[in-house]
Amino acid sequence: MADILSPSAWLLALVQALLFPALAPLLAGWVRKVRARLQNRRGASVFQPYRELRKLLLKEARVAHTASPLFRAAPYVVFVATWLAAATVPLLTIDLPTAVVADIIVLAGLLALARVFLALAGMDVGTAFGGMGASREMMISALAEPAMLMAVFTLAMTAHSTNLGSVIAHHLGDAFVLRPSYLFAFAGLTLVALAETGRIPVDNPTTHLELTMVHEAMVLEYSGRHLALMEWAAQIKLLLYGVLVANIFFPWGVASDPAPASLAMGLAAVVLKLAVLGGALAAAETVLAKMRLFRVPAFLNLALLLALLGLLSHVILEVGA
Amino acid sequence: MRIETALSMAGLAVALALGSAVVSLLAARVPKVVRFAAMPLLGLCGVAAIVAGLGALLSGGAATATLPLGLPWLPWHVRIDALAGFFLLLIGLVTGTIGLYGPAYVRGLEQGRDSLVALGGFTGLFLAGMLLVVLADDAFLFMIAWEVMSLASYFLVGFQHEQAANRRAAFLYLLMAHVGGLSILLGFGVLASFGDGFAFASMRAAELSPLWASLAFGLVFLGFGMKAGLVPLHAWLPEAHPAAPSYISALMSGVMLKVAVYGFIRLVFDLIGDVQWPWGMAVLAIGSLSALTGALFALMQTDLKRLLAYSSVENLGIVFIALGLALIFIDNGHPLPGALAFVAALYHALNHALFKGLLFLGAGSILHSTHERDLEQMGGLLRRMPWTGLFFLIGCLSIAALPPFNGFVSEWLTFQAALQAWQLESGVMRSLVPIATAVLALTGALVAATFVKVYGIAFLGQARSRHVRRARPGPWGIRAAQGLLAALCVLLGLFPTLVIGLIDAVPRQILGGGLPDAGSRGWLWLVPDAFETASYSAPLVALLLVAIAALVVPGMRRVGARRVRRCDAWDCGFAPSTARMQYSATAFAQPVRRVFALLFRVEETQVPREDGGMRHQIKIGDRSWDALYLPLARLVEAAARRVVRLQSGNVRVYLGWTLVTLLVLLWIVSA
Amino acid sequence: MSLPALPLLQQLVVLLAALVLFLSFVLLAQSRLVSAIHAFAWQGALVAAVTAVVAVSGDVHHLYFSAGLTLLLKALVIPAMLHRQVRGLALERHTEPLQRPSLAIMAAVGLVIFSSWLVLPMVAEELAFTRNILAISLAVVLIGFLMMVVRQQAVAQVLGFMSIENGLFLAAVSATGGMPLIVELGVAFDVLVAMVLFGVFFFQIRESIDSLDVDRLNRLSETAEIAGEDRP
Repeated sequence: MADILSPSAWLLALVQALLFPALAPLLAGWVRKVRARLQNRRGASVFQPYRELRKLLLKEARVAHTASPLFRAAPYVVFVATWLAAATVPLLTIDLPTAVVADIIVLAGLLALARVFLALAGMDVGTAFGGMGASREMMISALAEPAMLMAVFTLAMTAHSTNLGSVIAHHLGDAFVLRPSYLFAFAGLTLVALAETGRIPVDNPTTHLELTMVHEAMVLEYSGRHLALMEWAAQIKLLLYGVLVANIFFPWGVASDPAPASLAMGLAAVVLKLAVLGGALAAAETVLAKMRLFRVPAFLNLALLLALLGLLSHVILEVGA
Repeated sequence: MRIETALSMAGLAVALALGSAVVSLLAARVPKVVRFAAMPLLGLCGVAAIVAGLGALLSGGAATATLPLGLPWLPWHVRIDALAGFFLLLIGLVTGTIGLYGPAYVRGLEQGRDSLVALGGFTGLFLAGMLLVVLADDAFLFMIAWEVMSLASYFLVGFQHEQAANRRAAFLYLLMAHVGGLSILLGFGVLASFGDGFAFASMRAAELSPLWASLAFGLVFLGFGMKAGLVPLHAWLPEAHPAAPSYISALMSGVMLKVAVYGFIRLVFDLIGDVQWPWGMAVLAIGSLSALTGALFALMQTDLKRLLAYSSVENLGIVFIALGLALIFIDNGHPLPGALAFVAALYHALNHALFKGLLFLGAGSILHSTHERDLEQMGGLLRRMPWTGLFFLIGCLSIAALPPFNGFVSEWLTFQAALQAWQLESGVMRSLVPIATAVLALTGALVAATFVKVYGIAFLGQARSRHVRRARPGPWGIRAAQGLLAALCVLLGLFPTLVIGLIDAVPRQILGGGLPDAGSRGWLWLVPDAFETASYSAPLVALLLVAIAALVVPGMRRVGARRVRRCDAWDCGFAPSTARMQYSATAFAQPVRRVFALLFRVEETQVPREDGGMRHQIKIGDRSWDALYLPLARLVEAAARRVVRLQSGNVRVYLGWTLVTLLVLLWIVSA
Repeated sequence: MSLPALPLLQQLVVLLAALVLFLSFVLLAQSRLVSAIHAFAWQGALVAAVTAVVAVSGDVHHLYFSAGLTLLLKALVIPAMLHRQVRGLALERHTEPLQRPSLAIMAAVGLVIFSSWLVLPMVAEELAFTRNILAISLAVVLIGFLMMVVRQQAVAQVLGFMSIENGLFLAAVSATGGMPLIVELGVAFDVLVAMVLFGVFFFQIRESIDSLDVDRLNRLSETAEIAGEDRP
């Protein structure tokens, strides 16, 4: 992988990096649309999130008197860190220089950076809701982190690498293998993704009910372009986890060479996979109810157990003597 | 620099520390002497230690000298090598900034009743003790320096002895330090009996049978683990460290705990030499337990300095996790992952010295400006003390292991080392190592929660008490010292490859092999093995973050409405919020307290208030007290009650006992 | 022997065995009785599936029969009987949360690691596949035992007992290609009879101590009663 530092590879990385913020609102719109349909509503157009972002961007931003400079800096930090994290995930091709700059542990670190600033911003104005949201978010992330890392470990121990490109390449290069560890890691990572992106049953992205908010409580005081950045970052994070799950566990179609045909193929494949995943997410959100906050630890313990079983079945069943 | 020069520089550092102690004796008459002479001497001592440490690390060799002191048949040996050099550098970095920070801080104490002679004198002795521990090349000097360090820090803990809590903390600390010291002494005894005398050179040459080696390891681990505050022997640490003045807390947490790490590495990796993997498993287990317990208890604290002390337990746990991994890999014949884990441990030790020093200095600066340690009274300090706020934020981001700061680098290295577990033969180890790593991940996330709480409660929001609302920024010396440490945190985060190139001399010397590939791809890339396996480029991550921000920020300004209007907080349309309506530190920790309720001893009580209302009180205790210390104390007391029967008051009975003892001893000797 | 080297059908066996193990964990931590019975039914179905796959891959005919028998008995009949009894005892909404669920789960994880360590001596290369499955089966047996230790409810204990049987059956099928048919029939019959007996016992216990909490069975101990009577 010495040639991945070439200018053309960086150009490709730039294209991928730009695709993430461009496609993220579409995925959010798609999930909303499917969910509306499942609930016998017509629902807004799938392009509605773009319109909402535009509206917010053009509006005047208001900042509380009690806010410190950190309050105004935080949306940028959150957005930039999330975007950079997304840029390290192979979307179309596995030859990605940004995946060499930052491996999957750095990816988790960047997301943590975004989360810490989000929580700090929530506490900045000094309202009760902001602190509540921050406290809950940090609890949920604390429990999600080990499960996420265990799942990642299972993958990394199979591929002997934490470079996402290498992990996917290893999986693509193998013949079709039924790996129980991947099944468990997939289930575990999916639960973690639900918790981390604040979806039902852990958090409800559309709620403004005081006692159930987590993410919304932290961005309650934001408006205008600040709010737009926060919302956009949340959408990028959803897309990031979607691509992560789709391309690691179902790597078929990801381009392993920079030829335009295989890139187009990669784009088509990932769009298809995301459409299916988004539909599944919408269906799950229709069927499930949001949990009480103190049921969430049980949910995340299940994620940890699944990831742990993935690791154990890797060690016991897949490696042998 | 030649290694002999480094040794002389180290000697100069010790002399300067002692000089600082001697000068302080004048403080009884001229209080200013501490500020204008003792503290600058400490700063110079730090600089000398840095120079000596860098010299030793860069030259990579070793130099020894014999001092004309000590016992007739056992003169004191000193030696400087890469390992000692690394820890000299670590001590020097923190001490140097203390030299900058101390004068302004001590000024606040000049009017008080506390004795500046004791403060300055024991600080100098404390530093000299730590430097000599690192330089000692025989067990005799090592133990003397160790005890000087322990005793001097005991007096520093008890410095403000008018408060009963401080006296109690100091006594507990003394007790634990002595039990630990005894254990180390016994460990040396085992080593010395196999080797030929108390010099480290002969211990290194000694061939221990596996059983005796394990015994020596157990004693050494107990002794140094106690000093390093590993769970379950940590109970003294959160009592003792906060009791001292803030910059002493920075020295104790940032540096003295590392001296215990140094002792552990020196004895186990260097003197015992032939490590065994079950030791690694034990160290890994204790390290994981310490990391998790420390993180959970840190999150529960509302006293800022106590919180930082618990967080030291957690960080030392991480260091020992990495050391345990190193032991496991080395004994299983994988030197490369072993060296990686070893470097991770050293890197984290250095990082912890820097960010914990920074955070303690920050806590001291808050204490200096507001006389407040209780988080529940703070709030909104970022606008009152912007520089301290900025530096404290850097410290929080570093300790929470977020890229691109320094804490992340060492955590990344530890994870990478643990990920090499697939090379291990045994399936049991292959599954236990990742479980320990999951504990590490949980710890990391809990630490992030802890420092979001600290920063959010103390620096953001609105002031929760009047004196905090009137806080003034501290004097420039205090701010400059924090700025220096914050800059070091950023630099160590941005250029890990250069730092590892420097540290690499230590594993090359101790383990016989370092990380040959770490720096082979230039300073931009941190690649332990190969690009395909794992890589991290901190400079590029930082550069990309800045570059994207440079695009996004003006872009947003151009697209959107330019103006930002100030208004009241919205808060879902409720009535304007007051400072009392903010989330408190206790409330912030409540969800985690409930999830991990098993580990805490929580006492909740309702106390009637004078105005007729109720006051909800919550006390969170440490279960290790019930489980370990109190039964032990009861046992000792019961034994003491038995022994007390001997004390009849009759002199002839005492003489009788002495005679019996003499007879028994003679019989043993003759047998 | 690494997984990709195995033929696809054996990979499938490995996958199914891992899922059986997962269901053991679900059984252990599931607090609702009805859901636990469902988990048990799924476990039985998976064991039947393993049997069927082994039958296909080894072309062992009588295993088809035992796969069908297992499916019928473990996935349908016994769960249905348990369901009826639970309904008869009015326990459908009964939940019995574990005291310390995370501790129980951690203990179970420890048991899995322990059983993988126990089978390590079977190092011969051709035995690797058998050994790994055996480790899983042993873990299922041990977790079943653990479940009987930590659960107080009699029905949950019976589920633990039945999942022990599942583990043994899994070991027999995957390690040796199944027991002789007559033995299997006998075992199946035994299990069925045991189930009927358990059913009778449930009602008896309920009659005599008015609860299915097995911790209260110690009231039946004579010494306790005498001690109680001695006290004025």
